[in-house]
Amino acid sequence: MTDRRLESIIGTLLRVGVSLAASVVLGGGIWYLAAHGMSPVDYRHFHAAPRGFGSPGSLSGPEAAIQLGLLILIATPVARVIFSLVGFALERDRAYVAIALVVLAVLAYSIGSAWW
Amino acid sequence: MNVLVFSGIVFAVSALAGFVGSLTGLGGGVVVTPVLTLALGVDIHYAIGASLVSVIATSSGAAAAYVREGYSNIRVGMFLEVATTIGAVVGAWLMATVPVEALAVVFGVVLLYSAWLALKAPKRSEAREADPLASRLKLNGSYPGPEGAVTYLVTRVKTGFGLMFGAGMLSGLLGIGSGAMKVIAMDRVMLIPFKVSTTTSNFMIGVTAAASVGIYLGKGYIAPGLAMPVMLGVLAGSLAGARHLMGAKTRVLRRIFAAVIAVLAMEMIYNGVTGGLK
Repeated sequence: MTDRRLESIIGTLLRVGVSLAASVVLGGGIWYLAAHGMSPVDYRHFHAAPRGFGSPGSLSGPEAAIQLGLLILIATPVARVIFSLVGFALERDRAYVAIALVVLAVLAYSIGSAWW
Repeated sequence: MNVLVFSGIVFAVSALAGFVGSLTGLGGGVVVTPVLTLALGVDIHYAIGASLVSVIATSSGAAAAYVREGYSNIRVGMFLEVATTIGAVVGAWLMATVPVEALAVVFGVVLLYSAWLALKAPKRSEAREADPLASRLKLNGSYPGPEGAVTYLVTRVKTGFGLMFGAGMLSGLLGIGSGAMKVIAMDRVMLIPFKVSTTTSNFMIGVTAAASVGIYLGKGYIAPGLAMPVMLGVLAGSLAGARHLMGAKTRVLRRIFAAVIAVLAMEMIYNGVTGGLK
């Protein structure tokens, strides 16, 4: 494992993650526009309703599909840190394994504390 | 306005945001937030959610290309992410005790000054001697130039790391603006070449945004119907931007960067004065 190879793996990972997320959101988006395209827009007032994880049932079919795609998108940078961690471990680069672990721990803390 | 027309407009604006964001390392929020709130009458909460989605989309979309081409320095990115992510957590803790409005105004003024500074290339644009810490952490690298690989050295690692902590804290406190501080710290303090600074910032902002997106998602800030055209538009724009980076002149990129952070500065001051922040 070299840095060059790690870069190429991370690049591929990001590309796959983003393509997957975009396809799911595009699919959900076409469905959403087909169902609601002619309805009036309503984002003037904020409805502080817990969405997604808290109550998956609160979303309509197309909205749930878009949400799934967004979750895949959000997961790509996190997956990137995990892949880097593995890559640095394979390079036997202890300092960077530690660095990646700290980043991952802080990410886990802030994502975790938001949901629980 | 019906949903179809609205989505079309948001898609177009987001494509522009992604294009500019991927070339400057600033993410797309600078463009997306004011257009949604001021021009399209979207509530600020939804706009913040959409802006966060746009940052992650710009980052991951363009980073795929930048990392493979060898622009982004993944070691610099990883190392500095320690400072930005911890800073973001500390910033979120401080939110209740810090006068956020006043801070936004101060930060806006600092950014205006940085915009003026960014127009001029640093006198000594490349570091002649590497910081011993940079060598130990293998931060020195190379990037593709017009005539083959250009190598560079990284200096003042500790100061840069400290500034990154500040950048993370500001992003935790204010929601936006972390990309600007990241680019400035790498370009001005650590003397990393401009294109490497912007692409490494672009690489990092996705992680910073992912760290705070959970909070916003849980509170319902992210409306799927609005996030959909934002994400698809930003992705299209950022992929186009990534394709133009190689040929773009650094001088032109610096000008675009300066213009965008000047706009960001005015947004911060406006938000601070009107109390528009959360």
